[in-house]
Amino acid sequence: MAKDTLLLLSIIILFTPLSSFLINAFRSHRSGRISGVIGTSILFVDMILAMIVAFSKLVTYSDVNIIQTRFEWFSIGSTNIVIGFGIDNIAAIMLLVVTVISFLVHLFSFIYMEGDRRFPKFYAYLGLFTFSMLGIVMANNFLMMYVFWELVGISSYLLIGFWYEKKSASDAGKKAFITNRIGDLGFFAGIMILFMTYGSFMFDDIFAGIASGKLPFDNPTMLTLAGIGIFMGAMGKSAQWPLHVWLPDAMEGPTPVSALIHAATMVAAGVYLVAKVFVMFTADALTFIAVIGTITAFVSATIAITQTDFKKVLAYSTVSQLGFMIMSLGTGGYTNGFFHLVTHAWFKAALFLAAGSVIHAMHHAMHHLHDHHSDPQDINNMGGLRKKMPWTYFTFLFVTLALSGIPLTSGFLSKDGILAGTLAWANLTGGWHWIVPVLGFTAAGMTAFYMFRLTIVAFHGESKTEIASHTKENPIQIVLPLVVLSVLSVWFFYSPNPIDATKGWFHKMVVQPESAVPAAYQWDFLLSETHAVATDVHAGSPAHEAAAPAIAESHNTTPAAEHAAAHTSGHGYINKFQEEVHHFHYTAMLLSLLIAGSGILLAFLIYQYKIVSADNLERRFKRLHTFSLNKWYFDELYNATIIALIMAIAKGKALFDGYIIDGMVNLSAKVTRIAGQVIGVFDNVVIDGAVNLTANVTGYMGAGLRKLQTGRIQSYVVMAIVGLLILIYFFY
Amino acid sequence: MEIGLTHYLVISALLFTLGLFGIVSRKHSIMVLMGLELILNAANINFIAFAKFGGMNIDGHIAAIFVIILAAAEAAVALAILLNIYQHFRHVNMDEVDSLKE
Repeated sequence: MAKDTLLLLSIIILFTPLSSFLINAFRSHRSGRISGVIGTSILFVDMILAMIVAFSKLVTYSDVNIIQTRFEWFSIGSTNIVIGFGIDNIAAIMLLVVTVISFLVHLFSFIYMEGDRRFPKFYAYLGLFTFSMLGIVMANNFLMMYVFWELVGISSYLLIGFWYEKKSASDAGKKAFITNRIGDLGFFAGIMILFMTYGSFMFDDIFAGIASGKLPFDNPTMLTLAGIGIFMGAMGKSAQWPLHVWLPDAMEGPTPVSALIHAATMVAAGVYLVAKVFVMFTADALTFIAVIGTITAFVSATIAITQTDFKKVLAYSTVSQLGFMIMSLGTGGYTNGFFHLVTHAWFKAALFLAAGSVIHAMHHAMHHLHDHHSDPQDINNMGGLRKKMPWTYFTFLFVTLALSGIPLTSGFLSKDGILAGTLAWANLTGGWHWIVPVLGFTAAGMTAFYMFRLTIVAFHGESKTEIASHTKENPIQIVLPLVVLSVLSVWFFYSPNPIDATKGWFHKMVVQPESAVPAAYQWDFLLSETHAVATDVHAGSPAHEAAAPAIAESHNTTPAAEHAAAHTSGHGYINKFQEEVHHFHYTAMLLSLLIAGSGILLAFLIYQYKIVSADNLERRFKRLHTFSLNKWYFDELYNATIIALIMAIAKGKALFDGYIIDGMVNLSAKVTRIAGQVIGVFDNVVIDGAVNLTANVTGYMGAGLRKLQTGRIQSYVVMAIVGLLILIYFFY
Repeated sequence: MEIGLTHYLVISALLFTLGLFGIVSRKHSIMVLMGLELILNAANINFIAFAKFGGMNIDGHIAAIFVIILAAAEAAVALAILLNIYQHFRHVNMDEVDSLKE
């Protein structure tokens, strides 16, 4: 396939889901299932096209860094705003992930959302979301990225609040939207720093600018800040601590939405963004990213342990895994971070769809029993579902193994790579950085524990309630997506070797691009020898730092552009970091297996065999348990600090508004009124007086003159004679 | 003393003044009509005087006769109006007939 055809097909792929949105948005709720048929078939076509494009890119053009186009969108004065879209390897893989999961979710929702009164709207929103997500995937510039970024935000908002009659759902939608805004503020600031410096939104232009040694405001800190700003966008979207609070609440949305948006694709957009602009992060920015990712992974794993809501456990697990991805990118593990994004997308979508399957079955059972009060999502109401729903159980079990990082699954490959990366990073940088792998391994162990706790409590043993004993397996539309997604979580799809992914196609396709940041501000182990030498010329020793931008500017731009091309193509480049990762591969594997194994064992001991009493543990670690159960009190903390602060400011402003603004308005009203009264008096006395005077004078004159008109002819005659006499007197 | 144009004109003017006075001062309508006749006759004396002394010749006589005819016609019309006024007001006092001012 020619490159032009590929780009054309990409555009078609981008806009196909939009047609689904446009068609379904204007259908009435009475049209019912036909909307689902339309939506699902459109997505099926889209998925096939995406497969063609992705395979074409990955097979035919695997050596081409990116197939892209650029064109001028509009210009303001002399500033041309250039945008475009392009497909590189990670975009091609994301295309597959987004369209396949979206298609499966469309299929799944067919049964799950059946009978909902806004059924066509649901499919419309799904179409809008898929369109926006594909836009993010294909963007090769910050502007388009930002636009589609907001579009996924709005579709996420619409879908979280889909059942907006429920207060909690509409609140959750607002919370998600507002929390994302906070991150997007940083994103926007980052974009603007870069745009002001490099005069372009295009990734290529900006990276080439950075590689040429030109720094924002001639200050490396500003480059770090721009990186952190852009990462803040990712923090919001990918629910990183401290902006993670919206994602668990987002589970108020329908479960297929949770699977598509809040597990597999949209929340991964932040990770995708960080991967896409990976080359512009300085060492400081990367450390910041790594720390945020680690904290997220650890904190949310501890919360997930005590949650009793089926979907909340999965939600915190998602946050935790996103933390892993971010942590990996921050430590320089570009390939493994993105690898985990992809593998996680499959198995987390499967987990959520399995949750949907369980909840759907529970709902049906409740309906059957005329029970309208129990919580169908509480795992303490389940139990024994293994025999009732074998398909759901086995797929769930398999993807749980994948999430826990057990060999023969995709999750093992990617998580192992991440953990090895953190070890390598900590070893290379040393100091307090060791806390990152320590927390990472702990979080991995907790992941295994809470996932098996969930599995055992929900599926094993005897039914805890009558509802659970009345559940039954769901039809094929629900089971099929589960099976497909589980199968995609087998190691075989990514690497022939079940314990080492580095020889697989994925690692060949997703090669770490070399950093564009000048060597002085980047970890030396992330740079190749040539890069370090090349940038040494410009900005080698700290003594020359100040002079560096001036020198770089005086250079012809051509070498800089070539230099940038050398970075971003990134093929066949090996850095010290990757060697170190390789070095730590077996250590990490053994450690993670040991830790995950003990996590699973602990879960079985406590919940399956009940050798250790869960209640006793709960009592002994009462404080810790409450702390975790209440999600580290983040919501309360935010309520008490940020929200309280904002409310205080708002109240202050209300007072200001009430007293100063209203006072001014009232004062001016009063002044106007008094002036009005004065003018009224003036009007009454002077103007009316003048008018009345005129009238009266005229009246009196009339009255006086009327006396002359006596009606008696004789007096007229006298007057005529007198008049005649006067005339005669004057003229003779 | 020879009687000239001036004597005629003085008589005529006296007559005119008397007529005018009659019109203005009399209360009774018939008296006013009579004053009117005096004025017309003052004019007639003028015509005749000018026919004799001023060179109007026969034209002055014709005009005088015309005025007499006119006076007759006017008297007829005026008396008819007076009759109507009398029927309406039950009197013919000039100073009490002031409906013209309305």
